[in-house]
Amino acid sequence: MEKVIETRGLYKTFPRKGGSAQTATHYCPGCEHGVLHKLIGEALADLELQDRAVVISPVGCAVFAYYYFDTGNVQVAHGRAAAVGTGISRTKHDAVVVSYQGDGDLASIGLNETMQAANRGEKLAVFFINNTVYGMTGGQMAPTTLVGEKTVTSPAGRDPLQTGYPLHMAELISQLQAPVFIARTSFSNMAKLKQARQAIRQALEIQRDGKGYAFVEVLMACPTNQKMNVEAATRFVAEQMETEFPLGILRDRSAETPPIVRAESDYRKETLDRLLRLDVDHAPDAQPDPAAPTVKVKMAGFGGQGVLSMGVILARAACGAGKFTSWYPSYGPEQRGGTANCGVVISGQPVGTPMVAEADVLVAMNRPSLEKFAGETKPGGLLLYAAEIGEFAAPAGVRTLAVPALDLAKEGGNPRAANVAMVGVLAALGDFGLPEAAYRAALAANFAGQNKVVAQNEAVFALARQWGERHRA
Amino acid sequence: MATQLVKGNTAVVIGALYAGCDSFFGYPITPASEILHEAAKLFPPAGRRMVQAESEEAAINMVYGAATTGRRTMTASSGPGISLKQEGVSYLSGAQLPAVIVDVMRAGPGLGNIGPEQGDYNQVVKGGGHGNYRTIVLAPASVQEMCDFTIKAFELAHKWRMVAYVLADGVLGQMIEPLRFPETSVAPETDPSWAVDGTAATRPNVVTSIFLDFDELETFNHELQAKYAAVAAAEQDSESNRLDDADVALVAYGISARIAQGAVDAARKEGFKVGLFRPKTLFPFPQDALNAFVDRGGKQLICVEMSNGQMRDDVKLAIDCRCPVHLVCRLGGNLVAQDEILAKIRATAKKA
Repeated sequence: MEKVIETRGLYKTFPRKGGSAQTATHYCPGCEHGVLHKLIGEALADLELQDRAVVISPVGCAVFAYYYFDTGNVQVAHGRAAAVGTGISRTKHDAVVVSYQGDGDLASIGLNETMQAANRGEKLAVFFINNTVYGMTGGQMAPTTLVGEKTVTSPAGRDPLQTGYPLHMAELISQLQAPVFIARTSFSNMAKLKQARQAIRQALEIQRDGKGYAFVEVLMACPTNQKMNVEAATRFVAEQMETEFPLGILRDRSAETPPIVRAESDYRKETLDRLLRLDVDHAPDAQPDPAAPTVKVKMAGFGGQGVLSMGVILARAACGAGKFTSWYPSYGPEQRGGTANCGVVISGQPVGTPMVAEADVLVAMNRPSLEKFAGETKPGGLLLYAAEIGEFAAPAGVRTLAVPALDLAKEGGNPRAANVAMVGVLAALGDFGLPEAAYRAALAANFAGQNKVVAQNEAVFALARQWGERHRA
Repeated sequence: MATQLVKGNTAVVIGALYAGCDSFFGYPITPASEILHEAAKLFPPAGRRMVQAESEEAAINMVYGAATTGRRTMTASSGPGISLKQEGVSYLSGAQLPAVIVDVMRAGPGLGNIGPEQGDYNQVVKGGGHGNYRTIVLAPASVQEMCDFTIKAFELAHKWRMVAYVLADGVLGQMIEPLRFPETSVAPETDPSWAVDGTAATRPNVVTSIFLDFDELETFNHELQAKYAAVAAAEQDSESNRLDDADVALVAYGISARIAQGAVDAARKEGFKVGLFRPKTLFPFPQDALNAFVDRGGKQLICVEMSNGQMRDDVKLAIDCRCPVHLVCRLGGNLVAQDEILAKIRATAKKA
């Protein structure tokens, strides 16, 4: 079939389609996709947007839209066009992203993507082809199928008691705050087609100006799957579909909406170094020292006792001193209430397993932890437990000390810093080979920005360290 | 050079930033969520994009869109989320789009639990979605490698126009270790020969995975296989420890390899000639180096993994079952204990 009208924005011939009829589309006779393609193409050309445009071909009859649009093209999975469009427009701020989707694609399998992209106000022009029926897969019921309408999967007519009612997408989207422009149009006569042409143009102007989300629903005939001739199908659109789905502009905030301005990527190393605070938080690279011992520490207590951060402070001190170290927590629900524990390994060589099964040092902040882990402490090891736990029979061969961590914390001015007190005692008794400055730097870094807390914790640490020195064996 | 004490999941985001990743799209899931959190914190101040997607499917399709523009992009999740993303991974592969996915594995199947496991091996290394595609899979074993392999994943993804996974586990995601920061940052260029990014240069391009003609699709599939063969020849990576005189090699990746290393050291003290073979790439599986061990007279292999022998299948294929391949595994969120590996070594290996 030869084209008699010059089209703009579309390729002159369609080599991607292959075959001999390189100027004919793959659409059925009487299908209105071609009309919509022409209107979109014409608007893209008139607005000089073809270089900036990326047209998304969906899954459905328009899966081959990229045969036709003389723009950048991408074909996507069923229902995912709005998510793909989000990825494109977020990445390329100047891109004019056109999402072209049918009713199964947009309103059924892709309903979530559709609503969420609209709700985020993504920079997308979404053209929604509602012809009340699945086309490509062979005439199944769509979310927009009218009550009583016969399809291959509603052979007796759509029964709302079984399959619900037609989804009104334009109205659904108009419940959201973010969309800039929402319209429903049809091609059922020339006056309506002109209105559709204007709505399509406006949706693309909004993209040209980077203002956000525009949604144009187009009611369309599908003579093939509605099993009607073209005249009857057009009458079906005008008399039944337009009754169910009223035409009109549901929203137009294009005049008062400013362009969305987003930042450009900054790839400079200086920017990243600064962002990650490398200027203030940096340690020397760990240096192998085979003579240094490997010490494995287990810390355990109730969630909220600062057990995990106690471990981080110790690991941070080790890192600051150029040691190899690892910290591994119990994580997940245990963190939120219940018990918490972590293992810290400090070594002169790269750390093997970060899990601490047999500990050289155990710090227990509550009785359940003490009872659970005391037996896993190595002979010759060190066991510190919070004094308020009360009497506890020390395991054989393990130096066991009840540490008045809470009292030391109170004395230092921060009753919440029992964990810091334990670090202070560890600094005195733990045999990690870390300099005093490393602990102080770790404390400062761990509570960075909380100057009062840092000062209190320094006092707690100093008191606890002195306590520890007094209890050296 | 500078070192900071960093969580494994954070190291992923640091690697991504220095690798020039433009965008992160993700959905919350333990034990991968910190990647999302850190991306939310660190991407916008560097002008990079971060979107918390409405679903895993949306996240991977946002990645598809961002990848279409030729920029570096990524997502991260854990097993149940990776299952949901598989549709997108198949489409990315069919469209030959480069993207990075980080999988911080948890225990399954189903909802399972949030403990560490390596049960995603098959769904990540073998494909998982529909069609004859492969993905590059890197297996870090430290916080350092969480960062370094993320950077490498971007390089490989764009070099080969493939999906590249960083396959980690809950331990690696949650643990903290010193991280030596990258010495350079990358400002990636878009390749206008295939990307579609809303510019005049890329206007003629189309990104698609549909080939209506059977023969055309078959030809395309063969081209993919040829590419995968080239990847297999060029990108195998592994680490061997004390293998030179070993009769028995433990084979383990990720956190299991660190535990296995401890078992090797302990077994050596008992006089067993045993070493460790650690794959750093799982696709391509480093079969050349493993075959060299067998060729040299290696007698037995012991796979140590937190899955039901999923990696062992690849080990057997790699060496064409030329020697016995044993399995030590734990499931359900449990780590393999060093003693369990030692027991297998004692039962398998001969003393020197």
